[in-house]
Amino acid sequence: MIRLPEFRYYRPKTLKEAVKILNSEGEKAVIVAGGTDLFPNMKRRIQTPSVLVSLQQVKELHRKISYTKINGDQEKRLVIPSGLTLSEVCENRLIRENYPFISKTTSSIATPLIRSMGTIGGNLCLDTRCTYYNQSLEWRESVDFCMKAPEGKLDIPCRVAPGSPRCVAANSSDTAPLFCALEAEFHIVSQEGERTIKPAEFYREDGEFYLNKKAEEILSEITLPSSENLHAVYLKLRRRGSFDFPVLGAAAVLKMTGQKVKEAKIFLNAVSSAPIEVLESEKALIGTELEEEKILEAAESARQSAKPFDNTDFYPHWRKEMVGVLLKRALLELKSRKT
Amino acid sequence: MFNPAELNVIGKPIPKVDALPRCTGKLQYADDLTFPEMLFCKIYRSPYAHAFIKKIDLSKAKKIPGVVKILTGEDFSIPFGILPVSQDEYPLSNKEVRYVGEPIAAFAALDEESAYQAAKAISIEFEIVKPSMSIEESLKQGMIHKSAGLEFGDIEKGFLESDDIFENVYFYEGNTHLALEEHAAAAVPDPDGKLTLYSSTQVPHYLHRTLAKTLNLPPSRIRVIASPNGGGFGGKSDVFSHEIVVSKLALLTGKPVKISLTREEIFYLHRGRHPTLMWLKTGVKKDGTISSMHFKSLLDGGAYGSYGVASLYYTGALQTTTYKIENYKFEGARLFTHKAPCGPKRGHGTPQPRFAIEIMLDEVAEKLQIDPAELRKKHLVQSNSITPNYLKVGSMGLGKCIDKVVEGSGWKDKFRKLPYGKGVGLACGSYICGAGLPIYWNPLPHSSVMIKLDRGGGVSVYCGQIDIGQGSNSMLAQVVAEILGVGPSEIKLCCADTDLTPVDLGSYSSRVTLMVGNAAIQAAQKAVDLLKKAVSEKWGISEDKINFKNGKAFNRENPDLSLDFSEAVQLAEAKFGAVCTVGSYTPPKSPGEYKGSGVGPSPAYSYSASVVQVEVDPETGIIQIEKVWIAHDIGKAINPLSVIGQVEGSVYMGLGEALMEEQTFRARYNGVHKAPGMLDYKSLTSKDMPEVETYLIEDPDPNGPYGAKEVGQGPLLPIPPAVANAVYDAIGVRIREIPLHPEKVLFALKNKAPKRSFPSFHAPKVIRVPLPSESPTTSLLSSDLLRSESLRVDSSPSSGLPPSSSGAVSS
Ligand SMILES: Cc1cc2nc3c(=O)[nH]c(=O)nc-3n(C[C@H](O)[C@H](O)[C@H](O)COP(=O)(O)OP(=O)(O)OC[C@H]3O[C@@H](n4cnc5c(N)ncnc54)[C@H](O)[C@@H]3O)c2cc1C
Repeated sequence: MIRLPEFRYYRPKTLKEAVKILNSEGEKAVIVAGGTDLFPNMKRRIQTPSVLVSLQQVKELHRKISYTKINGDQEKRLVIPSGLTLSEVCENRLIRENYPFISKTTSSIATPLIRSMGTIGGNLCLDTRCTYYNQSLEWRESVDFCMKAPEGKLDIPCRVAPGSPRCVAANSSDTAPLFCALEAEFHIVSQEGERTIKPAEFYREDGEFYLNKKAEEILSEITLPSSENLHAVYLKLRRRGSFDFPVLGAAAVLKMTGQKVKEAKIFLNAVSSAPIEVLESEKALIGTELEEEKILEAAESARQSAKPFDNTDFYPHWRKEMVGVLLKRALLELKSRKT
Repeated sequence: MFNPAELNVIGKPIPKVDALPRCTGKLQYADDLTFPEMLFCKIYRSPYAHAFIKKIDLSKAKKIPGVVKILTGEDFSIPFGILPVSQDEYPLSNKEVRYVGEPIAAFAALDEESAYQAAKAISIEFEIVKPSMSIEESLKQGMIHKSAGLEFGDIEKGFLESDDIFENVYFYEGNTHLALEEHAAAAVPDPDGKLTLYSSTQVPHYLHRTLAKTLNLPPSRIRVIASPNGGGFGGKSDVFSHEIVVSKLALLTGKPVKISLTREEIFYLHRGRHPTLMWLKTGVKKDGTISSMHFKSLLDGGAYGSYGVASLYYTGALQTTTYKIENYKFEGARLFTHKAPCGPKRGHGTPQPRFAIEIMLDEVAEKLQIDPAELRKKHLVQSNSITPNYLKVGSMGLGKCIDKVVEGSGWKDKFRKLPYGKGVGLACGSYICGAGLPIYWNPLPHSSVMIKLDRGGGVSVYCGQIDIGQGSNSMLAQVVAEILGVGPSEIKLCCADTDLTPVDLGSYSSRVTLMVGNAAIQAAQKAVDLLKKAVSEKWGISEDKINFKNGKAFNRENPDLSLDFSEAVQLAEAKFGAVCTVGSYTPPKSPGEYKGSGVGPSPAYSYSASVVQVEVDPETGIIQIEKVWIAHDIGKAINPLSVIGQVEGSVYMGLGEALMEEQTFRARYNGVHKAPGMLDYKSLTSKDMPEVETYLIEDPDPNGPYGAKEVGQGPLLPIPPAVANAVYDAIGVRIREIPLHPEKVLFALKNKAPKRSFPSFHAPKVIRVPLPSESPTTSLLSSDLLRSESLRVDSSPSSGLPPSSSGAVSS
């Protein structure tokens, strides 16, 4: 059995209180929500924070999913507080009826037990993953650690891509590419106040420093775009029917006018440290009526652009081949739903 | 012998006798045990696959608060190993480490965290050496642990007589047991200087012997209690370093010491499936008769011997028990590599060759244009016969198994008839019901059972057997309950305690039902005979008129005349003294007398056949298993519910091996395990498990208790080749290795699959054995001898294998 290392534990009741603690504890404090990602990492001594600030009792983060009017905006927007569990998001009526693809995506994460503990905020802030990083301290000692887990040493190369200037650990969050493609809005709270950021800017292509966010900043809520004329899908590739992180994910969001594609957003995950937008594929679709050859063209562009590393389950060359297949299937699904 | 119509308990699908504590979390596993003043132990393990230890510095570790005692290799001087020929491990390594995870030092502390911190504080100077991480490399380096060569008949003559010759290379990847319960052990010193060890082990008796040896204590001062196992599958049938280490720590500190291993550590102590490279050449006649078979295997043994000598011989032993083979030759070697040691896993050494043979038969059938089911049925080994390598086959229900799955699956309408992407595959298998020989040379019974009847009617049964989840407790209770006419849940079981129970060799090689069952029948029969004598005297009727049933003794001719079981016990106790009886079992002697004949003989052989239906996505190579039909010749199902559970469990494990499980290492990075955890080591989830249709074939074996044979391992065997054959039927590509990763399927479809080659290998020595039909000693074998009595107690050693190379075991 492995046990957790020692840490101090705060359980603030309000956002204000949480922000204050995070600010005063500084560097050594780490945010924990459901703990389904952080605690396993702590057990393996990948992260050993001496202070944890739990968001579980922060009331603002556990409000109901509801519509809000955005300043001066006529549209109503749905807001998801970050502290809701994946099961709560998945089963929510408003989500199921208006954003069924979010329900479907969240239901594909991990296992039922983990989903009733893990939060949507934690999923969006999920640590990047790598077969050389998500290992015990003893294991990492054997390979003399890696760029992301240097254990006090300097100049350790990436074990997957030794020439790489940055860590290539994979973004493995299932919801991240979908929210990127949806162009949702993330709300972030800290001592300095509140800011909003587009998901595509929230993620960085660096496995070590993978979020454009300071450690003490809390992701408080997610605002969704209007669901009108929105066609979205996320397909996930993994070894087994449950349990597994994605080895590849493809999110496609289309805005249509009549039969024509007006806007297209396509993001892939698990092939890079951030969800990756495939502009070529988007271009191939805009203005089309999703004709099969256009879909194939978009899929082929995505396949060509993807450069998966050998840091997840399955071989990278196969995952690269699968980029085309998965995106093709995602787009065909959208096409068949439309007609 | 038994009138099937009169059976009250045997053959009934009753819940396991220990189901309630197992399901309610009340059962105490080794990790649940606590004792006053107990210390916790952690082990520091090698970070390198191959290195020499230059210097160990414990100064920092000693200063960690709470540390009580530290052990290193210097504290142990006696090597151990499960087989007498492979005494090649030390509890803690002193000079050389040969795999990542090899134990180097042990730390006992007041709490687990302090022991962990102390282990972290050790400082060792290593001289790192390049490890050998593959079969090919070790063969080149001459790191051969053991080689074997046996020829039965004349294969060259056989090949000349055949019309067609098939030859191919096959590879079976290594994989691990993945029992849910992680290994744990607690050693408790007694005030009188004796020692008790509780451990999650499948082999309390061998553990007892090994502790006595390595601690240099008389066995009488050591007591081993096997705690209930949360699964074993062969992974708890070696003696392990941590068991010896906590025992020594308890003796030295005078305090109880417990260790609970992490999942990662279990991937290192392993002893699972040997990765095996195979070459198979088969000569067949036009009608499919196998006139000659030449099989070669190279096993990646990992760093130590374990059961390896037996594993090697098992890859060559059971080819002959399913289909008639006229001439047969086996050559093989087990190689040492710098990886976690391999050993027995469900099927022990036989799933690999079975994979090769069953795929090759599919190819033969296609070439000869015979239906694969028909081809197999035409050439079945006969019941009550002897194979070319001198295995005595008793009951043989494979034909019926094939019929069942062919019918159930709708084979005739599906084979080569389903649309592209969908396919069915068929394969068979056969397995031993206990090994004919113990793993160390001795003429003693393999299993004994003791029964004590209480005046109040209580029945206590004592036996060294350990239930590892397979249901052997229920089997034991059912057998005794049947004979004494009481309910199985009324019986008190005391098992696997070397102070209190007579020896049973352990839960491996599918031996428990057959051997413990027979010993239990003997003991129970003796007890009921005493009761019958006493009751017959009271009623003044002859003993054969008395029947025990529903907790009462009845007069068969006048069922109104009855008395309580407890009264019967009292009558017997008054007449004979305390009612305590014993029964023992030793397997019959095997006719094989050649060197190496110790592996393969068994009192009986189980048979299975399976049809697997798959859907293969030709764009991704992903295989979906749609359904599995499997028939298993169990002889007689003592508890059909348990038996079906074992069949389904075997299917589950077989599918995992076929599709995804692999124990692999990173040669480039110090030989670390690729995925030592349950998230990254892939085995099927409930979502991936297809529907399984199980058929039980009951072809009673004269050697089995009530005719029963094994079920714990055999049903795994047909699964991997049936999947590979189904993939061929679905998309027309032949893949001769597992796991069948989607990458491999896709590559094969694009004709890009790398071709495996078999290195040049010839066994240095091949023993030529005349066929039984040509041999003067076995021509004496009459069918009477083949049908030996089920309770025959034979105490003579039964093979030409010298003690130094005895190895007749399985998982
Ligand atoms: C066996 C297993 C399988 C899994 N499979 C999947 C899978 O298939 N797909 C997938 O996407 N995930 C998977 N996960 C990961 C994880 O369970 C989920 O991503 C979950 O949603 C994480 O949420 P949490 O609340 O538990 O996060 P935590 O563990 O509490 O936190 C994760 C990270 O996010 C930070 N964080 C959490 N909340 C906030 C916040 N509001 N503001 C700022 N930072 C925050 C934490 O500091 C931490 O770094 C799996 C985990 C396990 C153990």
